[in-house]
Amino acid sequence: MPNGDEREQVWITGIGLISSLGVGIDEHWNKLHGETPPRPVIDEGRFAPYTVHPMPEIDVAQQIPRTSDQRQMDRWQKFGVYAAGLALQDAGIAGNDALLDKTDLCIAAGNGERDIALDSRILATADADADAAPRLNTELMTGLRPTLYLVQLSNLLAGNISIIHKATGSSRTFKGEEMAGVSAIKNAVDRIKAGQGDLFLVGGALNAEREDFLLGCELTGSLYRGPHQSVWDRQGENDGFIPGSVGLFLVLESSSHAKARGAMPYAQIGGIASDRSPRAPGDIAATASTLLKELPLDTSNRELFVMSGASGVRATTAEELQFLSDVQKAGIEPVIRAWGSIFGHTHEAHFLVGIALAALALSKSEFYPPFDTSGVEHTRKTWADQILVTTFGHWRGEGLGLVQSVW
Amino acid sequence: MSNDNLDHKGRPLVAVTGRGVVTSLGIGKSDNWMKLTAGQSGIKPIQRFDTRGLKTTIAGTVDHFDIEPYSAFDLSTAMAEAAAAEAIEEARIGSRSSFPGPLIIATPPSELEWPHLRRLYNALPDSEISGYARLLASARSGKHADLARHVRFAAIAERLKDRFSTRGEPLSICTACASGATTIQLGLEAIRRGDTEAALCVGTDATVHPEGLIRFSLLSALSTGNDAPQKASKPFSKRRDGFVIAEGAGAVVLESLSAAKARGAPILGIVRGCGEKADSFHRTRSNPDGAAMIGAIRKTLDDAGVTPEQIDYVNAHGTSTPENDRMEYLSLKAVLGDHLANTPVSSNKSMIGHTLIAAGSVEAVFSLLTIETGILPPTINYDEPDPDLPLDVVPNTSRSKSVSTVLSNSFGFGGQNVCVVFSGEPA
Repeated sequence: MPNGDEREQVWITGIGLISSLGVGIDEHWNKLHGETPPRPVIDEGRFAPYTVHPMPEIDVAQQIPRTSDQRQMDRWQKFGVYAAGLALQDAGIAGNDALLDKTDLCIAAGNGERDIALDSRILATADADADAAPRLNTELMTGLRPTLYLVQLSNLLAGNISIIHKATGSSRTFKGEEMAGVSAIKNAVDRIKAGQGDLFLVGGALNAEREDFLLGCELTGSLYRGPHQSVWDRQGENDGFIPGSVGLFLVLESSSHAKARGAMPYAQIGGIASDRSPRAPGDIAATASTLLKELPLDTSNRELFVMSGASGVRATTAEELQFLSDVQKAGIEPVIRAWGSIFGHTHEAHFLVGIALAALALSKSEFYPPFDTSGVEHTRKTWADQILVTTFGHWRGEGLGLVQSVW
Repeated sequence: MSNDNLDHKGRPLVAVTGRGVVTSLGIGKSDNWMKLTAGQSGIKPIQRFDTRGLKTTIAGTVDHFDIEPYSAFDLSTAMAEAAAAEAIEEARIGSRSSFPGPLIIATPPSELEWPHLRRLYNALPDSEISGYARLLASARSGKHADLARHVRFAAIAERLKDRFSTRGEPLSICTACASGATTIQLGLEAIRRGDTEAALCVGTDATVHPEGLIRFSLLSALSTGNDAPQKASKPFSKRRDGFVIAEGAGAVVLESLSAAKARGAPILGIVRGCGEKADSFHRTRSNPDGAAMIGAIRKTLDDAGVTPEQIDYVNAHGTSTPENDRMEYLSLKAVLGDHLANTPVSSNKSMIGHTLIAAGSVEAVFSLLTIETGILPPTINYDEPDPDLPLDVVPNTSRSKSVSTVLSNSFGFGGQNVCVVFSGEPA
């Protein structure tokens, strides 16, 4: 390590979260903790036969005051910019120009919003005649709104965060479905540990309530159809994920930087480990076991607290259970909570939602009740000071994170 | 590690040991460099699709691959593979099937194109439902799984990882038109951290399809010089009227200098430093004060440990839009000061157009070839200089000049500004 200080810790000093459950971490904590499983918020009608977890009405002007900015953004960007604003406020950075000027952005993004009405209108016209191609050109030239591309481009969530919140240190957008979130936070953690930056805004957003997004998911054969079930209950013929709208941002900070400005941490990142296995049968479980060895797990604990990013896609979900069963056989009892049963599958943001929920629980010195009644998730016997976060991509990539108490 | 292998801040020096490139001029360094230094243009009327009804009908398409039917995914992947294979071969690193480091790749948008939407729609010809409900019904049949590659954001990275067996999780990057430079920055940082001894950094973009072109046209970003395609891209000229959309791919193999020397690899240049600064002004325009571009250049020079006077040549972003070229000049002037008058600044885009996501990768390869050969590629179509941008743009014909340090600029939508300094010799 040429520059880094091995003793430097990576602290989570801000969280901004909006989802189908509500706005802000307090509302989420109130709904998620306690004795009984929280109830997911679902919409089974609007996109039938698909179910989604919808975003409630949010007052975007709270974080995006100018209507001219709002007009240039689509929902995924509004969700992300809103959550980023909450995270910056939570960390005490919002409005602090000197800190925002050096805040580095690591964003996980997909997107590609389309104009559904325009596409539908064009598709409804014939396309077999000789003038079909120029007609399409003219339809697009006159029908596409000029700013549509600025909601399609993956890096324009980052761009909007820079414009609206003035966070402008550097800006990198990572793609690749679930692994985008793993890549984004891993890059921030690696850079903090090596002294390549000390203040990061890390996050992502998903608007699941889009037919064009659902079309992409259905082409990959990974969408669940039918009434809501927990991720562990979707292992029969009808497997797949249920998408959930979300905006999630974290402020990550080197411990020395946070201490110098008196910022308090929720928790620290013990480590992030990732790989991309070839995905032959057994590869996911074997890769996860190897990755677990890279993390500073306290093996003296009797229980391993796990925030699981399981999606409900059959092969991946089954291998995650195999991996956790292997942990159990090694003598540590996994205490599992799959947030996808409550939030839905949140794609690029998914891993980061799990990291946030783990940090929140550690900061409260509590853990969550089982998120479903499948029997996979059972009550804890000990207290958590480390929480493993898993996310195995629905078609590629394996990611693990360890979140632990600072004290 | 000996001091010879460390930079001014005590970090491992990072060498370039392999380069590969594809543009509208050709496949490979040799063909590209010969044409680029001869001032040849790769811009031509679009043949790939019917352009009737469009304001812009020219582009720098890559037509050297047998990809039929065209799709952005298939052509972008083919170009990326060709560029990466060339870079790996030059670096003589690993084996054909095992690259000893991660893949970091910048890729274009992942999306269904109109032929794909049409195929899904027409697959249910007698359907009474319309719009996306019909597309979804068609997708549910399971007969169109081959289209998944177009909508998966990491699908190009997956192909390359499998082809070259790179290590670990490949990174897929988008920082708009700075993406190629971002891949080099990520590779540089990873090697400096000691996370890896090598990285394969690639940028690729083949998005000349009707909607791909129209969305830039609607942002008034494209030149409409359709009558004389090869004259349309005219960076820093008075009558510049937009960029010419183009396709290409670039790849570099980065290695710690110590590892490269240890295995006797060719040292083709040093990545001296990278810098980055985001703009908070506007989604498609820079703050008129140039603070972000200036910040990016300053941070780059600081990271590289070079003074403005040590910059021998600037490989400009030089898109040929009124806005970019003016802001780039102002920013260079602010940082290089009087030295700018003695510093040649040329734009490869005058010949190959704007390769968008790939631009930083393609232009990195050309920057390194400039250092190797001592030939500055020209800015062609510089017939009427913009008097407000007094630059030595290496007008119209290439020039011989010994160059040891190059600044390469990349600026993108969303306020992305990334610069890289390459040099020939270790500091």
